[in-house]
Amino acid sequence: MAVERAAPSTELVVIARALRKTYREVVAVADATFSVARGEIFGLLGPNGAGKTTTVEMLQGLRRPDSGEARVLALDPRERALALRRRIGCQLQQSALPDHIRVWEALDLFSSLTPGGRDWRSVMGEWGLGDKAKAAFHSLSGGQRQRLFVALALVNEPELVFLDEMTTGLDPAARRDAWGLIREIRDRGATVVLVTHFMEEAERLCDRVAIVDAGRVVATGSPQGLIGEYAGGVHVVFTADAPDLAWLTDVPHVTSVQRHGPRVEVLGGGPVLAHVAAALLAHGLEPADLHLEEPTLEDVFLHVTGHVMRED
Amino acid sequence: MDVGDTAHGVARQEAVRRMAGPRLALKLVWIEVKLFVREPITMMFTFLLPLLILVVLGGIFADRPLEDQYRNIPMMDYYVPAYMALVLASLGTISLPVHLANYRERGVLRRFRASGMQEWALLVSQTLVSLVIAVIGSVLLFALGVLAFDAGMAKGSGDVAVTFTIGAFTFSALGMLLGSVLPTARAAQAVGMLLWFVMMFLSGTDGPLDLMPAWLLNIGKALPLYHLVLPMVDAWNGFGINVLHTLITVAVGVAAAALTFRLFRWD
Repeated sequence: MAVERAAPSTELVVIARALRKTYREVVAVADATFSVARGEIFGLLGPNGAGKTTTVEMLQGLRRPDSGEARVLALDPRERALALRRRIGCQLQQSALPDHIRVWEALDLFSSLTPGGRDWRSVMGEWGLGDKAKAAFHSLSGGQRQRLFVALALVNEPELVFLDEMTTGLDPAARRDAWGLIREIRDRGATVVLVTHFMEEAERLCDRVAIVDAGRVVATGSPQGLIGEYAGGVHVVFTADAPDLAWLTDVPHVTSVQRHGPRVEVLGGGPVLAHVAAALLAHGLEPADLHLEEPTLEDVFLHVTGHVMRED
Repeated sequence: MDVGDTAHGVARQEAVRRMAGPRLALKLVWIEVKLFVREPITMMFTFLLPLLILVVLGGIFADRPLEDQYRNIPMMDYYVPAYMALVLASLGTISLPVHLANYRERGVLRRFRASGMQEWALLVSQTLVSLVIAVIGSVLLFALGVLAFDAGMAKGSGDVAVTFTIGAFTFSALGMLLGSVLPTARAAQAVGMLLWFVMMFLSGTDGPLDLMPAWLLNIGKALPLYHLVLPMVDAWNGFGINVLHTLITVAVGVAAAALTFRLFRWD
C-alpha cells in the first residue's frame, strides 16, 4: 500500500527503511519507510498513538529500532547519535525547562552544547525573545515557550529540524503564528520534519507528507498529489431529511453517496453537480446549501486507512 | 585559502570541540547554582535545618562535662563537623534525587539529551553543584557555631578539606543513584526524607551514640552517614584522616557512581 514518490531535490537528508520498534508485545512502529529531501517541509501525519513520535525518536538516535535501517544526514543514528544530535534541531513533544531558568540562560546553555554554532543573542533576537531575555521559563506564555523551544532547536544552526506536535495545545491564533515560524525555519535554510495530527496543518505547510496509521506509513506524497490520487473527483454536499436517497446512485456521473446524519455527500466526476441538482428538483428537494467541497487530506486518510482520523 | 589555513582551521575546530565538554559542565554548574538560590524552599531546607538542629543541640549539650564526650572533645567541636556531614547527606538523599527525578519527570533531561548533552557532563556538573552548595552550608554552620557557641577553628583543615570532598563525592553519587532509580520527584522526596531522618538519628549527628542500644547502633553503622561523621569529627579535631571509615565512604561512593552509570535514564 505504501506509495513512495521521488523527492524534488536529489539529496536525501533522511532515509527510513522498514523501521520497526516494539515494546514487549506492543508494536509501536511496524514499518516506517520514507525519505526526506533537503530543503522541504516533510510531514508525518497520523492520529495520536500511530507511532510518529517513536519513528522520529529512532531517527534522532534517542531510541534503537528493533530492525530496519535509518540514515540521517548520511549518519547511522544508532552509531553516531551524538555527532548527529549536534547537526539536528529538536522540538520535543513532552519536554520542559527548569521553572526558574531565564530565557538568556537557556539559550546560552544550549548554544554551548554545540561548539561553533551561532551567537545565541542573534537567535534570541530573530525569534522575538529579546525583551524576554531575563524572564523565567515558568512566566512565559504558551506562544513564548514555543518560540523559545524553536530558538533552542535552532541555536546550533541545524541542517535538519524535527518539530514534534509543535502546535498541540495552542489556541488558533498562536497556531497560525507557529505555522509562520515553521515556514521561517525552512526559509532560513533548514529541512523540516513536522510531526502532526492536524490535517489542516499538514495540508497548509508540508511539501510532502507521509500518512501514518497503526505504526505503518501507508501513503507518501505531496498533499495535492495524494488528494488527486485518493480523493479525486467532485464532492457535492447538501443537507436533507429525506429518508431514502438511494436513487441518487442512479444519477449520471455519480460514483458514491455517503450520509452522515442529515449531511449528504455525493462523489462523482465531471458535470455531476448539474445532474444532482436536476435530480434533486425532480424529487421535490430544494436544499438551500447545495455546494461543492474541496477534498482534503481527511478524505485521503479515510480512503487509505478505511477509517476516519479522530481529532481531539 | 591554502592547505595550511585549512589544517589550522581543522585543528582549531578540534580544539574548540575538546573544550566544549568542560565549558558546558561549568556553565551548567553556574546555572544550577543560580537555580538553587532561586528555589527558596529547597535552600531553606538544605541550609536552615542543620543550623536549627545545631542551635537546639548546642543549647542542650554545650555545657556537658568533657569526660562524657567522644574523645574528650568539646561538644561544639563534635557537632560542627558532624553537621557538615549532615548537610552533605541532605543534599545526597533529598535535594539531588528530587532534583534529578523532577528533571526526568518534566522532560528537562529529554530536552538536554536531544540537544547533545552527554551523561558525564550532566552527572559531573551535578556533583560540582552539590560541592558548592555544601561548602556554603558548611561555612554557615561554622559561622553559627563560632558566633553562638564559641566553637573553635578546625585543628586539621587540610584533612577536613580532603574528608569533606570525599563525602561530597560519595553523597552526590548516592543522590544521583537515587535520582536514577526513583521514578518521580514525589517518590524521591518520600524515600529521601525517610533515609535522611533515619541517618540523622542513627549516625551520631543527633545526640551521642553511646546512649543507643546495640541493635540501633548496628543499623546506624550500616548507613553511609555514620562513616562520614566519624572522619569529619576526627579531621576537625586534629586526629588526622580516619583511614578505615574514609575508605568505607570512598567504597560506597565508587559503588554508587558505578551503579549510577549503569542505571541512569534520561526518560
